[in-house]
Order: sequence, then C-alpha cells, then structure tokens
Amino acid sequence: MGEASLRQLLPIEAIATGFQVADWRGAIRAAGELLVATGVSTAAYIEQMQDAVEEYGPYIVIAPGLALAHARPSPAVLCTGLSWAGLAAPVTFGHSRNDPVHLIVGLAATDHDGHSAALSRLARMLATPGRLEKLRSADDAERVHTLISEYEEDAT
Amino acid sequence: MRILAVCGMGIGTSVLLKTNTERAIQELGLDADVEIADIGTARGAAMTADVVLTSSELAAELGDMGVPIVVVESFIDGAEIRDKLGAAVTG
Repeated sequence: MGEASLRQLLPIEAIATGFQVADWRGAIRAAGELLVATGVSTAAYIEQMQDAVEEYGPYIVIAPGLALAHARPSPAVLCTGLSWAGLAAPVTFGHSRNDPVHLIVGLAATDHDGHSAALSRLARMLATPGRLEKLRSADDAERVHTLISEYEEDAT
Repeated sequence: MRILAVCGMGIGTSVLLKTNTERAIQELGLDADVEIADIGTARGAAMTADVVLTSSELAAELGDMGVPIVVVESFIDGAEIRDKLGAAVTG
C-alpha cells in the first residue's frame, strides 16, 4: 500500500455530471472547479490547465470523448488529486481524431511520482473494454463512484 | 529494448500511456522497459530508446527522432497500442 487508491484520489465530492459548458475552456474550468472545491488546488491551477492546452495543443484528449486535463506540478497544487466532470453536451478541443469530448478527468499532482499508481489503475480501468462506456453513461456522481469502487475491489 | 512514452508535461498522459504500453509488451511477449519523457526532454531521452510512443500532435512537434515514432490515437485502447507497437518492432 502506501500509495493512494483511486477512490482516495477521486472522492465522490470531486465527481459531477451534467455540466453545461460553451467550449473546451469551460470544460476544463468545470473539472478545475471540482479540484478547487475539494481542496486539491487553488483557482490558479484552472488557468494553468487551460494554458497547457494552448501550449501543447489538444493532445490531452487521450481517447475518443475523453480529456485528461492537467498542468505541471506548481504552487497552485495543494495536494495530489483527481476530478471527474461529465458534460451535458460534448465540446470540441480541436483534436484530429478524438473529438468531441464529453468527459474531463482533472489531474493535479504535487510531484511526478506520488500519483502514478492510482493513475496506472485509472489507465487500466479505462482500457477495460466496455468500462468507459459504462462510466460515461452514469448520470450521477454516486453511480460513477460506485462503478470505480467496484472496479478497484475487483482489481485488488 | 527501451520504449519511450512522450507527453507534454510528463505527469499525466504519459503515465496512462506507459501503463497500457506495459500491458501491450506482456501481450507481445517483448523484453522491454517503458520510460517517460516530456516534450522538452524527449529528444535527449530518445537517443537511447528503440521506439518512441506519442500522440499525433506531439509527434508533429518532435519531428525526426532517429528512431521509429509510433503515433497512438487512443492512450486507453490496448489493442491499438499492441498492434502498432508490434508492427513497429517487428518490421
């Protein structure tokens, strides 16, 4: 053990669905506000995540419909954590293949290592066939949280 | 064999890519290690790598690295990573 589990890094308070946003900036803001609300980062981190897309392009759209919003470790990150923002209607990030996006996972990390086990578990969970579709169709935070908890229990 | 997973900042997407690449390595039966680099350090790190994995946006930015670059569209699609990596290392 030692490393935080996915459930610890992504508490139910950091999960919300049904966000109405106008564009990709609003989508990142939604995920960022959940990080702020759960004490993971300050509001400055929201802009840092938006700036990262400006700087590196929409590569954070890592799979069809899914963006992993994040920026480098910075003083705006108070502790390592994740958030989960489901959108009511998808937005485009300008990605050549994976637009439009309807789910934003926000990531804030205090360093390059502390979160990697939980992130690896997230990667394996999302790569499990059918799991992302199931998570995407979950229409409230409790359902998302339950699905993630079930997965972690099965995996351990 | 040394495989380099490259992302913009080296903390998020490359960790996901590394995890699913390690699974692909197992499925392919390769003897390989996966390391992570951000776009700023990728060029140096690629000098000792055999294959580079990254997204299409970052591949365009990296340009010619002197080693094969595998462009992955979905970092969570195990089959895509396995098939593209397999094609790159066998031929």
